[in-house]
Amino acid sequence: MKNSIKLFGLIFILFPLFSFSQNFLSGGKVTGNTQIDAQLYTEDNKLGITDSSMNYKKFGMNGFANIRYSNGNFNAGMRFEGYLNPMNGFDPRYEGVGVPYWFASYKLEFLEVTAGHFYEQFGSGLILRSWEEWTLGFDNNIYGLNVKITPYKGITLKGLVGIQRYFWEPYKIDDRGIVRGLDGDFYLNDIIPGIEESKMKITLGGSFVSRYEKAIAKGFTRDSTYYEVINDDTINYLNRKTYEYDLPVNVGAWAGRMNLAWGGFNFYAEYAEKGNDPNATNNFIYKKGQALYSTISYSTKGFGVFLSAKWIDNMHYKSKRTEAGNPPMLDINYLPAISKEHQYSLATMYPYATKPNGEFGIQGEIIYTIPKKSKVGGKYGTTLTLNYSLANSIKKEQISPDVPLDSTGTDGYKATFFSMGDIPYYRDFSFKFERKINKKIKIKAAYYRQLYNLHVIEDDIFDKDFYVLANIGVIDFTYKFSRKHSLRAEVQGLWTKDDGSDVFAIAGKDLKIKKEDGDWVALLLEYNISPHWFFSVQDEYNYGNPANDMQVHYYNVSFGFTQKTNRISLRYGRQREGLLCVGGVCRYVPASTGLTLTITSSF
Amino acid sequence: MKSIVLVVALVFIVSIGLGQESEKNYGKLPSIIVKSMDGKPFNTADFSNDGKPFIITFWATWCKPCIKEHDAINDVYGDWVDETGVKMFAVSIDNARSSKRVLPTINGKGWEFDILLDENSDFKRAMNVNVPPHTFIVNGEGLIVWQHVGYLDGDEEEYIEIIEKIIAGEEIE
Repeated sequence: MKNSIKLFGLIFILFPLFSFSQNFLSGGKVTGNTQIDAQLYTEDNKLGITDSSMNYKKFGMNGFANIRYSNGNFNAGMRFEGYLNPMNGFDPRYEGVGVPYWFASYKLEFLEVTAGHFYEQFGSGLILRSWEEWTLGFDNNIYGLNVKITPYKGITLKGLVGIQRYFWEPYKIDDRGIVRGLDGDFYLNDIIPGIEESKMKITLGGSFVSRYEKAIAKGFTRDSTYYEVINDDTINYLNRKTYEYDLPVNVGAWAGRMNLAWGGFNFYAEYAEKGNDPNATNNFIYKKGQALYSTISYSTKGFGVFLSAKWIDNMHYKSKRTEAGNPPMLDINYLPAISKEHQYSLATMYPYATKPNGEFGIQGEIIYTIPKKSKVGGKYGTTLTLNYSLANSIKKEQISPDVPLDSTGTDGYKATFFSMGDIPYYRDFSFKFERKINKKIKIKAAYYRQLYNLHVIEDDIFDKDFYVLANIGVIDFTYKFSRKHSLRAEVQGLWTKDDGSDVFAIAGKDLKIKKEDGDWVALLLEYNISPHWFFSVQDEYNYGNPANDMQVHYYNVSFGFTQKTNRISLRYGRQREGLLCVGGVCRYVPASTGLTLTITSSF
Repeated sequence: MKSIVLVVALVFIVSIGLGQESEKNYGKLPSIIVKSMDGKPFNTADFSNDGKPFIITFWATWCKPCIKEHDAINDVYGDWVDETGVKMFAVSIDNARSSKRVLPTINGKGWEFDILLDENSDFKRAMNVNVPPHTFIVNGEGLIVWQHVGYLDGDEEEYIEIIEKIIAGEEIE
């Protein structure tokens, strides 16, 4: 009671104070955005969903509201979040409401300081990236101080210290590590006189990150009743000492990067190393981590080609050494998956997710637009896209014949830099054709062929015993009735095989290929009335599921209304089980049936 | 203690909100560093088009409606520029995974807009963008006068109508 009187008193004093202060705050502006996702679940015998399998949670709601105040060089903001209860597929530890993100920042001349929570990225993120992705429930914001200095044109220096978000748990001393980082970015053409106008644009950068986490006191435990049985003889130990590991308190990582742009050419490379970091994700081995990420591309009007390569070893870098598993929390760095993010639903059924502790990957893509008004290209031109990506294990050797790979407390294994191991993780070949026939009709067609190591990607079991080989076809057809009315139809098919003799030649002969969920067809009809309405019906039918009772129609009916930045959509139907991935980070979504309401708005 | 901080923050925001003139309080563009395609840092407060209106649109290579929007605008972009002098800046929020495919994609597709990279979504956050595509129209004085979320076939017609209204000096709702 007393407290609430105090609070009301505070409001009465503060309100006029802030309102009067408008004079010198004039010019300030409040903006924001919000999103509410709400789901009402129903039982569904077909999918085996009952009230008790849902823990009697018939309603889920995830929502956030961002509010941002800016006035000249001053910015402040906060994000309110509520998960009551968290929607299906989100970690139950998110349940609750609160403000997990707020900040204030000031920028003056060459200096910008942010206090509170912030998002930051060094280079491509190999050793540090804090970011958030609402649909994934991913947020590793850093709570602390962030300073940016621009001492000279073309030079950006950054420094930060902070702790990371862990669900709703406020920081307590020693419950997670402290992250410190420095980064420098140098756009040489602005710095070195005489090359401003050079066609070759060069950017160099480097960063250093360190994590401090208190280590458990070094010591040992005594065990006087310990015995071993060797060749039927029992050996009794009178006094066996088990020593605890001497864990590094400070774990450092550094990275260097370079970008060269020259006309249509672009080359990027970043190399990173991490000091020995025994943790729960690498089975507590004392090995350093290494990563290389590089891309080269060439493009000119109507033609683009690029090639990327990635090699990472033991690069899980978290601000708490015992943290592992899903959802990924306390990640300091970001290791992007190398495959392409597809846009059609069946093509994303078997998506790739990064394996930070050992992965070799390459990707290549060619995009070509056959010119407009040519014989082959047609009146509006035709675009062709070809993509191939590959991910494999890396070569790991035992450190000595009697120490198995990944043995706790050892160096774990020996890895050869940029080597490709013999376990295929992922293959994806795709080809896409897009053509606008006339003012009314547009056609897209695509073919995908994916080889998916289910054991590695979903279960972290590193073998060749469970692959899915999927062939996917898509036709996407848009018809414009008038300026504002259009109809879009999508037909998709996905076929899995249990015989992969045709891929063995490129991926190895000893792969065990299984049908998993079998064959699918999907149909989508979408009617749009610009700029406000859309209506859609969709059915994904798992007609080829090897289990007869799982040959289910995943139907969905939805409509949406958009007015400027307000958008409301309502959907009823079945959600299939699967992985939802954004940027190589995935969230498992269980099957559900029900009504989904989404409201987004910004002002 | 926590509740006091919250109350102070809320009162602060509400009083500022009330203090704003309810009509025509257009916002300026925030000052955030993004990168041009050749790696040069670019301050988003410096967006301009010689006193003429311009479009800023947020997109990503993995966003289907964004690609559709750009394809549709690209078909008429030449006419738009000739008739109104408008310019479009397409800000890619592709992260490190796909940011290197942005340049080959725009060139391969033959798009003629100016492209910028916002790799860690700093500009996106400052502009309160939920999901791409999200399109802003900025007038010649650098004020955000109109915005729109999502893309449905034909939406681009509305963009050019707004641009024409700005040039004619008409009110934007």
